[in-house]
Amino acid sequence: MRARGKKAIIPGFGCSMGLTVAFVSLLILIPMASIVLEATRLGLSGFVRTVTDARVLAGYRVSFTCAFAAALLNCFFGLLLAWVLVRYRFPGRRLMDGLIELPFALPTAVAGIALTALYSDKGWIGSLFAPAGIKIAYAQAGIIIALTFVTIPFVVRTVQPVLEQLDKSYEEAGRILGASKTRIFFRIVFPEITPALLTGFGLAFARALGEYGSVVFIAGNMPFKTEIAPLLIMSKLEGFSYGEATAVALVMLAASFVIMFCINRVQAHASGFAGEL
Amino acid sequence: MNKIRGLFIMLTAFALSSGFAFAADEITNVSYDPTREFYEQYNAAFKKHWKGKTGKDIGIVQSHGGSGRQARAVIEGNQADVVTLALAYDISAIEKAGLIKPGWQSEFPKNSAPYTSTIVFLVRKGNPKSLKDWGDLAKEGVGIITPNPKTSGGARWNYLAAWAWADKRYNGDEKKIREFVAKLFGNVLVLDTGARGSTNTFVRNKQGDVLLAWENEAHLAIAESRGEFEIATPSLSILAEPPVAIIDAVVDKRGSREVATEYLNYLYSDEAQRLAGKNYYRPSNAGIAKEFASVFDLSLKLVNIDDPLFGGWEKAQRLHFIDGGVFDQLYAKK
Repeated sequence: MRARGKKAIIPGFGCSMGLTVAFVSLLILIPMASIVLEATRLGLSGFVRTVTDARVLAGYRVSFTCAFAAALLNCFFGLLLAWVLVRYRFPGRRLMDGLIELPFALPTAVAGIALTALYSDKGWIGSLFAPAGIKIAYAQAGIIIALTFVTIPFVVRTVQPVLEQLDKSYEEAGRILGASKTRIFFRIVFPEITPALLTGFGLAFARALGEYGSVVFIAGNMPFKTEIAPLLIMSKLEGFSYGEATAVALVMLAASFVIMFCINRVQAHASGFAGEL
Repeated sequence: MNKIRGLFIMLTAFALSSGFAFAADEITNVSYDPTREFYEQYNAAFKKHWKGKTGKDIGIVQSHGGSGRQARAVIEGNQADVVTLALAYDISAIEKAGLIKPGWQSEFPKNSAPYTSTIVFLVRKGNPKSLKDWGDLAKEGVGIITPNPKTSGGARWNYLAAWAWADKRYNGDEKKIREFVAKLFGNVLVLDTGARGSTNTFVRNKQGDVLLAWENEAHLAIAESRGEFEIATPSLSILAEPPVAIIDAVVDKRGSREVATEYLNYLYSDEAQRLAGKNYYRPSNAGIAKEFASVFDLSLKLVNIDDPLFGGWEKAQRLHFIDGGVFDQLYAKK
């Protein structure tokens, strides 16, 4: 709205705003509204009964905890990966950089089948853990592995450009003033990349919440244990229960919207803080 | 600018080509997962048959996926001329959407099921846990692999076959039947979403002791493995009749009724029946089924879904598989 008060540097506000609204409506608002509409067909009591069913609640719990764990895991390893790619020069760096996007290009079902073959108790990796009684595929650990795999690029690709542009003179100044390496990292580098890290976390979390294709192969899909909410939605659809399916989806949508909104607020706060430096 | 022009040309070409597809003689068969190999061969045979009969070439677009999902795709506008799905229930859903006229199941012989199948056990070589009948599956320490009846048409047959066996074993005592089926499903290690996923879990990832499988899937798995598996046939199983139907709304619009009808009728020809047998589907033609007596255990007692025990798909679905139905109650929190 500011464009009206002050002459904007780039003209065409009306045109671009119109296109934006049309785009957002066609691709986000209208489909979302249709979900809400479909769910209202159940009536309030039917809606509440569907979404508070013990099995659905268990599905939510599995979905949210696994997505959270995967996003957290990616924050750590994604940061490490971005750090290695930006700060070190080694043979094969370009190749490694190119590999990061691969999880996006690969059909998720293929990823799920390949990961299951590796991580089942008879697979290459899974058989190393099996003697210790650790089950990866067909357990929640397997879900987290699959979700981590499909969301790897988010944290790496959001943190990487920030690290690249980080002015090294701050770190040098810190070192001259006698700060330890840990102190330099946590007091100088980390605050700079926090907003990007949070964005990456949010994107990975949201993407992991909705992931279906890879998880159904590795999870085992046992009710109350490894059954994710998107699978419950699918099984309701298979039984032609459209209303129930959209009710479950709507709750997930609302919960993720609230979480994403909170992350955005925290992120805005963090970038404001970083800006003061 | 060039890019935009390129895009326009591509879009126009796309629009034109899809227009031509409509004008040309082509039909779409929307089917379920495990029929892939069979229809590949059948379509080639039918093209030859149609050419010989009318002198015209016919293109056949073939689509495969989970049966329920395929039915939904057709309801939501996938232009299928014919459907060849796993369950009559899925075709009934298309009928309810108004795309198929009622009475479709008597339009073709044998309940509109040109080939049938049943549920058998695929076990590891030598059957180390000696799993011979349904009762053995409920024993402690047995690991079962089956798809989820809620997401897989095939798995509903698995569940009902177990139910039919228990009904006979416990003389219809529903409490005991439920207990048995709950015990059996308590032994399930992995509930995949589809039949192919379960086969993969059992065969490639080596999970569990027994896979509840379509007879044709079990034979395919054996053909592809090198003696790692064998089939155990239970004392009683279920007669799975994967039905076929014409989508009236589509064929009337496209003017393809004649070829679509012939396409489904030819499934009952001797040639097609033998192809079905070769792909491990039981031919509905009894004479031809006998030619495959070495493949199928033709003496296996089979219960029909229309048996009073189940009372047809509509009733079975409402009782067992809807949200909160008997199957969900088995998994209710203990």
